Amino acid sequence: MNVAVAKTGKGRAVSDLFTSAEGRLPGSPSVIAVRREAFETYERLGLPHRRIEEWKYTDLRALVGEVLPLSAAPDAAALKRAADAVKVHAIAGARKLVLVDGVFASDLSDVKALASEVGFGTLREALEKDADLLKTASTDAVIALNAAMATDGVVLSIADGTQLSAPIQIIHLATAASASAFTRSRVMVGKGARATIIESFVAVGAKAYQVNDAVVLSIGDNADVAHIRLMDDAPDAVNISSHFVTVGANTKLNFFNMTTGAAVSRLQGFITLAGEGSELSANGVNLLQKTEHGDTTLVVDHAVPNCVSREVFRAVLDDRAHSVFQGRIIVRPDAQKTDGKMMIRALLLSDEAEADNKPELEIFADDVSCGHGATAGALDDSLLFYLKARGLPEKQAQALLIQAFVGEAIEQIADDGLREHVIGIAERWLERRQ
Amino acid sequence: MALLEVKDLKVRVEEREILHGLNLTVNEGEIHAIMGPNGSGKSTLSHVIAGKPGYEVTDGQILFKGEDLLEMAPEERAAKGVFLAFQYPVEIPGVATMTFLRTALNAQRKARGESEYSTPDFLKKVREVSKSLNIPQDMLKRGVNVGFSGGEKKRNEVLQMALFEPSLCILDEMDSGLDIDALRIAADGVNALHSPKRAMVVITHYQRLLNYIVPDIVHVMSKGRVVKSGGKELALELEASGYAQFEDAA
Repeated sequence: MNVAVAKTGKGRAVSDLFTSAEGRLPGSPSVIAVRREAFETYERLGLPHRRIEEWKYTDLRALVGEVLPLSAAPDAAALKRAADAVKVHAIAGARKLVLVDGVFASDLSDVKALASEVGFGTLREALEKDADLLKTASTDAVIALNAAMATDGVVLSIADGTQLSAPIQIIHLATAASASAFTRSRVMVGKGARATIIESFVAVGAKAYQVNDAVVLSIGDNADVAHIRLMDDAPDAVNISSHFVTVGANTKLNFFNMTTGAAVSRLQGFITLAGEGSELSANGVNLLQKTEHGDTTLVVDHAVPNCVSREVFRAVLDDRAHSVFQGRIIVRPDAQKTDGKMMIRALLLSDEAEADNKPELEIFADDVSCGHGATAGALDDSLLFYLKARGLPEKQAQALLIQAFVGEAIEQIADDGLREHVIGIAERWLERRQ
Repeated sequence: MALLEVKDLKVRVEEREILHGLNLTVNEGEIHAIMGPNGSGKSTLSHVIAGKPGYEVTDGQILFKGEDLLEMAPEERAAKGVFLAFQYPVEIPGVATMTFLRTALNAQRKARGESEYSTPDFLKKVREVSKSLNIPQDMLKRGVNVGFSGGEKKRNEVLQMALFEPSLCILDEMDSGLDIDALRIAADGVNALHSPKRAMVVITHYQRLLNYIVPDIVHVMSKGRVVKSGGKELALELEASGYAQFEDAA
C-alpha cells in the first residue's frame, strides 16, 4: 500500500508534530492512546479551511499555514521574565494560576491561598488517571489537535455552596517564539456556588507563537458565575481557543471576551443551557487593527425550557482588520418559553476593514421569543462634527464615540471592578491609535 | 480690529451656489440678528463659520480676530473662541454629558496652551454654571442630549457656551422646537452670557426670539446675500411686512 505522508504548506510532515512531542506529553498509557487517536483525526482533517462551513471566514490553511512545533518547557530565564509579566497582568485581588508556554508554573501561582477554598490540580497530574479529560463531543480538527497535544492546564473543582472570596485568574504567558502551546483546563462549579474566573493571554516578548487552548466548564444549579477572557497576544501570534460550557438550572452565567491582539484569533464557544430557569449573558468586544483577524464563534444551545440568553458583541476595525462573528442560537423542541437575543455590531474605521457577521437561529420549539440583529458601518459624521465643533481633535472625537460604541457590550459585565478594568483596556487601545 | 469679518463669501454645496458674496462684520460685545426666509443661506453661513464639512468656499474670506478661519479645523476654531449653538443638537448615546463637557473643555484649554482642569475643579465649575441655568444634575449624568426635550437640548448648548467662554456665539435657529417658556429660559441664559468682550450672532426666522435677545444690529438675508442691515426696529418691520419685499431686491 502506498500511503502518502501528509505535509504542511512548509513541507514538514504533519505527523512530526506529534512524534517529536510524544515523549513530553503527560498521561497514562490509556491517555496516550486517546491522544494518538485524536492526532489521527487531526491528520485526517488537517487545518480547517474555507470549505468547512464553520470555518468559512477563518481559513486557517490560508491564514496560518501550519501548526508550529511544541514549545520547549520554560527554563529559569523564561520563568524569571514570566514572573515580571505576571506582576503587570495580575488583576488586583485575584488568585493567580500561571501557565508559561503551556506548562503550569506553581512558583508563580497562588496555589496555597486557592486550595483553602477550591479543589485544585494540574492537567498534567490529572491525566495520570483520567483519560476523559481529553474527550469532548466535538469533531473539530483544532479541538482534536488540542486533545492530542495538551501539555498542561488547571483542573478546578469548586464545591457546592462555595462562595469564592476572590476571583481566580488563569494567566497564559508566551515566552517562546515560533512555537506552539497547547493547554486544556477543566472547571467544575458546584450547586449554589459563586465564582469569578478570568483568563488572560499575554506575550512576554515572544513573537509568532501559536496558542491552542480549550476550557471545559460545567456549572451546577443555582450558581452564579462570571467568566471574563482577556486576549492580548502578540500582534503576530495565533490564538485558537475553544470553550465547552454546560449550565445547570436557575444559574447565572455572565461571560465576556475581549480581543486586543493576535494576527489570527478565534474564540469558539459552545454553551449548553441544560437546566431550566437559567440566564446567560454572553458579550464581547474585538478591537482589531493592521491586518489582524479576530473571529468569535458562539453556539448557544437552549436544550431545556425557560432560559434566557443575551448576546451583545461589538467589533472595532481599523486599517485592514477583519472581524468574524458567527452566532447560532439553537432552541430544542422541548425548550419552550426560550428568550434568546443576539445583537452584533461592527464599526469600520477604514474602507479596507472587513466585518463578516453571521447570526443564525435554529428554532424547533413554537412558543419562544428569539431575535438577532447585525450591523456594520462607519462613525456617524454628524456626531463627529458636533464633537469637533466643541474642540475635540478628530482622533479624540473618534475615541469618545468608539468608547460609547464598545461600552454597550462592556456595560454587560456585572462586576464593577472588572468592568472598569476592561474599560481601561479599551481606553489604552484607543490611546495607541492617537 | 473686528472680531469677525466675512468678506464677499461664496459657498457651494454639491455644485449649487448657496452664498453669493456675503459680507458681515461683527465687533466685540455686539449682538447681531440674521433674519431671512427659509433657504436664504442663514444656516449655511453658520455651518461654514464653524467648519462643517460638505461646503466648498469658492471665493471670499472669513477672518476671526484677524486670522483666516477657513484655514483652521473645526476644533481649532472652537479653541480660538468660536461657538456654534446647533439648531438640532445631536444625541450621543453612551457618552455621559459630564465626560463630554470635561473632555471638550480640556481639549480647548490644551490647544490654547492652558492647564487642564482637575476633576474636582471641573465639577465645581459645572455645578456653579448648571445651577445658574437651572439644569438639574441628573441631566448631566445622562448620555449627551439622550432623551432630552427640545428645551433641555438648547439649555445644554447654553451650558456649554457658559463653560467654554467663547468670544463669538452663533445661535442657529435657537427658537426652533421651543415653547415660549423654554425659549425664555434659554434666552435668559444667553443674555446672562453677553458681555462687552463677547459677541452674539442670532440666526432666526422669526422676530419672536428678538423680544428676549435684543439685537444691536439686524441683517436681512435673501438668496445668499445680506440685502439690508439696520437697528432692532428692522426686525419689527419684517414682522409686519414679511420677507417678500426683499425677495426681489436680492
